[in-house]
Amino acid sequence: MIQLLNVNKYYHTKQGARHILKYINLTIEPGQKVGILGRNGAGKSTLIRVIGGIENVNTGTVNRTMSVSWPLAFIGGFQASLTGLDNLRFICRIYNADIEKAIPFVEDFTELGVYFREEVKTYSAGMRARLAFALSMAIEFDCYLIDEVMAVGDTRFHDKCKYELFEKRKERGLILVSHQPGQIREHCNVFYVLHDGYLKRFDDVDQAYAYYTEQG
Amino acid sequence: MKVTTTPLHKSFSIQLRVIDALLRREVLTRYGRDNIGFLWLFVEPMIFIVGMTALFAYRGLFISGIPVIPFLVTGYSSVLMWRNAANRCSKAIVPNISLLYHRNVTVLDLFLARIVLEIAGASMALIVISAFLIAMGYMALPVDILTMVQGWFLLAFFATGLGLIVGALTEMSDGFERIWQIITLVTFPISGAFFMVEWLPKSAQEMALWVPMIHGVELMREGYYGAVVKAHYNIPYLVVVNCIMLLAGLVLVYKAKDNVGSE
Repeated sequence: MIQLLNVNKYYHTKQGARHILKYINLTIEPGQKVGILGRNGAGKSTLIRVIGGIENVNTGTVNRTMSVSWPLAFIGGFQASLTGLDNLRFICRIYNADIEKAIPFVEDFTELGVYFREEVKTYSAGMRARLAFALSMAIEFDCYLIDEVMAVGDTRFHDKCKYELFEKRKERGLILVSHQPGQIREHCNVFYVLHDGYLKRFDDVDQAYAYYTEQG
Repeated sequence: MKVTTTPLHKSFSIQLRVIDALLRREVLTRYGRDNIGFLWLFVEPMIFIVGMTALFAYRGLFISGIPVIPFLVTGYSSVLMWRNAANRCSKAIVPNISLLYHRNVTVLDLFLARIVLEIAGASMALIVISAFLIAMGYMALPVDILTMVQGWFLLAFFATGLGLIVGALTEMSDGFERIWQIITLVTFPISGAFFMVEWLPKSAQEMALWVPMIHGVELMREGYYGAVVKAHYNIPYLVVVNCIMLLAGLVLVYKAKDNVGSE
């Protein structure tokens, strides 16, 4: 379970403290599929970082008894001068996962071929995205964090990703954060709207979307 | 405040694992696979030592009655260790900020991995260069290796605290990076690399002994030369300074963490 109780988060800027997350209450049960709608600047990324435990909060409590993934298909974590294999080893070491078990999966899933053992800086954007997604699937989590809609690679790869995430891991938890309702409607069963730092819960996606557009 | 439910011993093993992973990553990116970068670890101090030795050649390779080569080896490798540890921590977060998206990776880990690598690098340079020079007959064997190790260990401890402080302050303020460069320049000549406290006039000796690094270098030289030199040092003083710096470093790193999040 992940529980946020009355969480507040401020950032210090030159214009003074900015109140980013306001009195957030959120409980995510194991296996729950949570969709969070929010516009750019509503505090989505901050909320994700707080849920993921990357960032501390100023007031309130965060309890976490499930493991949460890093934001899925997040590409920034690569060291470009290392090979895909090196990056895989690094991730496995950090999460204490079996490297030898992960190698065939990632090699097969990414279809990188010989490039798997080449430096990441020689990769195309699509190849990087494939590696990023495969790495996040190589580590098992109780709950997967997805920041924005996944637009990874071509249709065939997209389908593979969907199968890996929504079929093979359908008993796992999911937090999908987006500014569009499409994927949230498709994959989630609990809905929230984050607006101006406040988080509001809805049981119905249409109600959530109506509120979301109203706040526009 | 955040409530952490991870028990302490588990946190400790996670941290060790993460630092190990970062270290391997750092070794690959820094020294590469072609080993040229790795070679540079020894080449750079060797160039310095050979160059400085050439300056002393005309007076018979002695400085104040002691062989100059081991004097330079002990002095320069000491400076190298704390200077490189601090320099590598300076602005170390920005290029690694995305790694912080992995919950197990903390700012402290990023710094510690770099510090450990620099300490290991400087230690290896000292050992390899000394062994080479001893084998070639340019240097005698040290009189008391344990005392040298003690001095080296205390300097490594000093480098750790300094690295954390510099790393955190450069993260919190852009101006500090420049200030640190000036501090490096100023402390290089007064860090004991190029003199022994005994050679200074009495009044300067007292002042010199306020500089923490000097105590470590003096210890190393007493270990190398034995009773031929009169070393001045106060081990408790260096230990206390090291502890204060480590504590200050940890507090500053904790504070710097808040800065990082806002990107």
